[in-house]
Amino acid sequence: MSAEKLTRPELVCPAGTPASLRTAVDAGADAVYCGFQNATNARNFPGLNFTPAELEAAIAYAHERGAKVLLAVNTFPPAGQTALWKEAIDIGAGFGIDAIIVADIGVADYAARRHPDQRLHLSVQAGAASPEAIGFYCDEFGVKRVVLPRMLTVAEISGLHQQIPCEIEAFVFGNIGMMAEGRCSLTNYVTGLSTNMDGVCSPAGQVHYEEDAQKNLTTRLGGFVVDRFACGESAGYPTICKGRYHVAGRAEAYHAFEEPVSLNLSALLPDLMRAGVTALKIEGRQRSRAYVRSVVAAFRQAVDALLAGGDPQISSLLALTEGHRETQGAFQGKTWR
Amino acid sequence: MRMAAKTELILGPVPFHWPAETLRDFYFRIADEAPVDVVYLGEVVCHKRAPFFAPQLDEVAARLKAAGRRVVFSTLAEVMLPAERRLVEAMCAMDEIVEANDVSALSHLAGRPHHIGPYMNVYNEDTLRFLAGKGAAHFSLPAELPAGALRALGAAAPALGVSLDVQVFGRVPLALSARCYHARLTGRTKDSCQYACEADPDGLALETLEGTRFLAINGIQTLSHSCLNLAAEIAELKEMGITGLRLSPHSCDMVAVAEIFRAVADGALGPGEAEDRLAALDPPGPFANGFFHGRPGCIRTMAGEGAPA
Repeated sequence: MSAEKLTRPELVCPAGTPASLRTAVDAGADAVYCGFQNATNARNFPGLNFTPAELEAAIAYAHERGAKVLLAVNTFPPAGQTALWKEAIDIGAGFGIDAIIVADIGVADYAARRHPDQRLHLSVQAGAASPEAIGFYCDEFGVKRVVLPRMLTVAEISGLHQQIPCEIEAFVFGNIGMMAEGRCSLTNYVTGLSTNMDGVCSPAGQVHYEEDAQKNLTTRLGGFVVDRFACGESAGYPTICKGRYHVAGRAEAYHAFEEPVSLNLSALLPDLMRAGVTALKIEGRQRSRAYVRSVVAAFRQAVDALLAGGDPQISSLLALTEGHRETQGAFQGKTWR
Repeated sequence: MRMAAKTELILGPVPFHWPAETLRDFYFRIADEAPVDVVYLGEVVCHKRAPFFAPQLDEVAARLKAAGRRVVFSTLAEVMLPAERRLVEAMCAMDEIVEANDVSALSHLAGRPHHIGPYMNVYNEDTLRFLAGKGAAHFSLPAELPAGALRALGAAAPALGVSLDVQVFGRVPLALSARCYHARLTGRTKDSCQYACEADPDGLALETLEGTRFLAINGIQTLSHSCLNLAAEIAELKEMGITGLRLSPHSCDMVAVAEIFRAVADGALGPGEAEDRLAALDPPGPFANGFFHGRPGCIRTMAGEGAPA
């Protein structure tokens, strides 16, 4: 490899629980992101997330080890219920959180006015994908970093970097939905729980598995069949945008939106770093500590190897992807669209 | 007690790729016959469709205005590519009222009167207030908002000097993507799509593996298979301070649909009779109203029936 000097990116890792947060920090995370135990964040799952006291302790743990903590307050409060979101902002700012990740314009405005010194990041849930949209949040609320929607190619990210006044954070690994973030009501259409307002996607409480006499497994969300698996096939978690459907004029059911694959950009890390990506984000606040440890350690090793001019060893990551199938999604090029 | 403003009937933009001639004839007939107060024009789903109708846009807008309709131009809901950004910028540069469907458009429209479309995430009174301060005068609210949130927004709107509408008819927009699903179905990509979406004037129905009609794809957009019908909720919407009722166009007789909703809004037709008449017009799917009642959007429930607050 040439003597090219790459800027050290921030490795941003998921923490669904205080234990996962400590695991991520110990495995080499530069920053961890987490949320409170309520609808104010987009991973509002049972048994997940932090109480205020847990967050305070987690910040202390991370800061003692040189890592940052980012608080996701990245859902959209329905009218009449904004107090919960404002409370989340106030608690985070009061604890000296390193950044708050926001999506809703009203929430961003509150945070910017009430806590003018608090660093704000724009959540992927805001769906800001153009220089004009990103610039709007920077101008109005002083946003310092945008988490990009997973719909741009590496070349487009590079172009965008030249046109916006803030840092870029890009997803590099984990589960990806097919729909533009922050603009999907599919779960609400089927379950009555909203991704944007309640922070849930395909809630486990409304997932059903049915096995027939031949041991074929049918998966449902609410009343709708999402997929069906033959005996012995590995069955995916039923997410509407990864299901199989029939259309008129096509004999076989097909994945109308996307195959059940996971994002893995480990092979594109040098390209992303050259494109001006400041922070590399790993998805998976709902994942186990063992998963967090493996993925964070693998990316830590890969990034450090790249910075040292070496070749990263990243093949072990494939075993951790959904159904052991991976994709580079939109990042690889325009044919994905 | 505050005097309720007259309820306005609004024709939203056509979300589907109809041939330019079909679109022109559709709008001419709306101008001549439909009792709608406001008509939104413009391509909201895919920038690649926009050039087809562009040559006729001026003529259609003039015809609608001459017939006494207010005309508003809707911008794209998803803006990322240079061509998409140019389309939004060009529309915002017109000396017309423009409806922003993405934050990209806001950067062009801030400081002058404009509308906010249903693809913008306006979920609460704080967002409403902020955008009103930037010049937003009218908001079309997201389809998934339940009655409680609509009521709170309706209460906040008068002091901000803004008006609100909600969709009351048509398939509900549920999701957007960077990928074109019509292109994917035909083994193509968004760049090489050959306008596969033109074959489906109301979107293409997706069925589950057990044959239940579920969703409809429309290029990069996913819609409900069911057809929203809030005829029975109009009295409640008016009482909440929602002054606009938005009809989303379909290939069924939209003049007749508009006449039915006008009659319900005027108290001249009951919701039960309205439903029977709408059903006879071959709407794109079975009626649903779950979102309004805080239930799954796919379901049809009678007003007040077991609806959580």
